[in-house]
Amino acid sequence: MKGMTLIVKKTTQLIAGLVFLYGIYVVLHGHLTPGGGFAGGVIIAGSFILLTLAYGSDFMKLTREETGTTITENLAILTALLIALAGLIFGAGIFFSNWLPAGKAGELISAGVIPLYNIFIGIEVAASILTIFLALIIFKEEITK
Amino acid sequence: MTVYLLCFILFLVGLYGIITRRNLVKIVISLSIMEFSVFLFLALIGYVEGGSAPIIDPATPGGIYVDPLPQAMVLTAIVIGLATTAMLMSVIIRIYRKYKTLDVREIKNLRG
Amino acid sequence: MEAAISVILVFMIIGAIFAIHAKDLLSAVITCGIIGYGLVICFLLLRAPDLAIVQIVVETITLVIMVAVVLDSTRREPFSKPDLREYVNISTAVVIIAVIFFFLKMASGSLDEFGKGSLRMAEHYIEGASSKTGSANLVTGVIFDFRGYDTLGEATVLVTAVLGVITILRLKGKK
Repeated sequence: MKGMTLIVKKTTQLIAGLVFLYGIYVVLHGHLTPGGGFAGGVIIAGSFILLTLAYGSDFMKLTREETGTTITENLAILTALLIALAGLIFGAGIFFSNWLPAGKAGELISAGVIPLYNIFIGIEVAASILTIFLALIIFKEEITK
Repeated sequence: MTVYLLCFILFLVGLYGIITRRNLVKIVISLSIMEFSVFLFLALIGYVEGGSAPIIDPATPGGIYVDPLPQAMVLTAIVIGLATTAMLMSVIIRIYRKYKTLDVREIKNLRG
Repeated sequence: MEAAISVILVFMIIGAIFAIHAKDLLSAVITCGIIGYGLVICFLLLRAPDLAIVQIVVETITLVIMVAVVLDSTRREPFSKPDLREYVNISTAVVIIAVIFFFLKMASGSLDEFGKGSLRMAEHYIEGASSKTGSANLVTGVIFDFRGYDTLGEATVLVTAVLGVITILRLKGKK
């Protein structure tokens, strides 16, 4: 897939980083403000999709495989499961129990393991949506070749 | 009560599309319309008149809040909806490559 | 509040009818996007900012994927003269929809009045979420603490969907 015109490329250059940072902000503040892992993950995936659409598929150094994103996704969901399992060992002996101290509501580091879940679910959602998009693009390239 | 009825009508419009349309893309669009109506219905159930968004300000506890449970359910359902729509779209693109048409009836006749 | 949501819903219904009957597939897909954005406004009016953020981003990405697929295949709706089978289909659909609407209208009598929100679990969650989990955002508290299994199932469905997409779209087997 070829990239778009110079105007689109320049605008993307300015915007994509901001979109990515906003996604990270939404993920990290998921337990304080509206948002969370799902919203932030989709926003992060959106920034990568924007870059790929503007600069063409050579930008992501596509090697006819989606290996990187699939491995990231699987590792993220595995880590989330391990955190949930840790509740069996350290916490009250319940799967998915909140085993870190709850802290004071309203501060950035609070709410026990919820921010950790937010981060890993965010990575998982971002990686899976990006994988779907890359699979579509790679399919299109192989068809036109 | 009119809101609920309009929500049902939106659902039924999607159902009508699924039954009568012959184009695969139209069927997927109808499916997502049905999805939208279900999301809206769940969000409507949880609404409390005069309530504020379910985010607690630690400085001023108390007050009326909207029910957070239906919102949590819809939040997961929206992301699943994206994944299933993408999967249906990839099935459609494969079908078009094989049969060169999106018409359900023609695909049934071709049988290849 | 009820009137505002009703007006937006009427527009969404008109958009849905147009999306189903459009001649051009591209305009049908874009109309589907407009219905999704209408849903975003409804969520904002219903005090659900979490849902509004997720829905607006998801709708954009869905639109990108759908437009890519439609441009890659065909834009034209295959139009042929409606024959007998089509009329039978449409009349059957209308009858089915009338019956379902009748029962939905009957069932809606047992729903609570709009804006009452008398779910019993709500008070428990609102009181417990802040003190038990320490999370200021109640929706996040419900998702990751009270209903963790829900999220686990959601993540599993996402992984399965990705596996399905890769399996469907792979042209050649691995060497």
